[in-house]
Amino acid sequence: MKAAVLVFPGSNCDSDCFYVLKEVMGITTQYVWHKDKDFPKVDLVILPGGFSYGDYIRTGVIAKALAPTMEALNRHIKQGRLVIGICNGFQILLEAGLLPGAMLWNKSLSFICKRVFLRTETADSFFTNRLKKEQVLNLPIAHGEGNYFCDEDTLKRLKDEDRIAFRYSSETGEIGDEFNPNGSMEHIAGILSEKRNVLGMMPHPE
Amino acid sequence: MYKVIINVTLKDSILDPQGTTGLHALNALGFQDVKDMRVGKYFILMVSSANKTYARERAEEMCQKLLANPIIEKYSVDKVNFVGVGTANSGGTL
Repeated sequence: MKAAVLVFPGSNCDSDCFYVLKEVMGITTQYVWHKDKDFPKVDLVILPGGFSYGDYIRTGVIAKALAPTMEALNRHIKQGRLVIGICNGFQILLEAGLLPGAMLWNKSLSFICKRVFLRTETADSFFTNRLKKEQVLNLPIAHGEGNYFCDEDTLKRLKDEDRIAFRYSSETGEIGDEFNPNGSMEHIAGILSEKRNVLGMMPHPE
Repeated sequence: MYKVIINVTLKDSILDPQGTTGLHALNALGFQDVKDMRVGKYFILMVSSANKTYARERAEEMCQKLLANPIIEKYSVDKVNFVGVGTANSGGTL
């Protein structure tokens, strides 16, 4: 397997992703700068967390317009290859229309940086198939805009098609407002694309 | 050159915690006459266009493609005024 970490001006979790892929998992990994013309033929692309383009106008939206690599990323996805968008990477995927929905400010209006629990909602994806359904993970979040929102039709599709990857939960996997750090709809922490080859999630698995 | 004013706010159906917090703060400062508040973004653009209609059309496109996210926000192109030359800061009066 080969992987690439896509770096935008303002990305700040790129080194963490690179380190985990290369040093911990032993995957051949390279960085791709947002302006690189040659997009590598890799199996997995990570869009890391951070504040791409200063979060101007809306988090993630400038990447859609300014990053020359976005077109190549589109092709990569259409070919059925894998993408994980983490935090700001998830926000970019939403703004680029590569995953459905949008991010609102955290309900509390605070930037939240802490560890949370999340429950695996589906094991049916490349990214989650080594987890068990309902398995609880303990991961950090660090975001101001992680309050996931989508319209009712989209939500129904996400549920019907088993595309909610993770929900915020208690340590024992209970779901409820008290375990939801940002007010996200249906406690959603991560979702999958229709073809299940793109995962967007707010918590940081790296 | 046309000076274009665009306002973007969250859709009515979406909670605006910034507006609610601002409302409480204003009330606390003695402005009890404020009963509701929504917070949005204000854009000033200088658009080169042959006529007003086209400048407005372009502004609408800009809203759809970048300035607003139709899933959560609504926008209005509030003013499109011919101002000759100038910058967004100084270009004519509205």
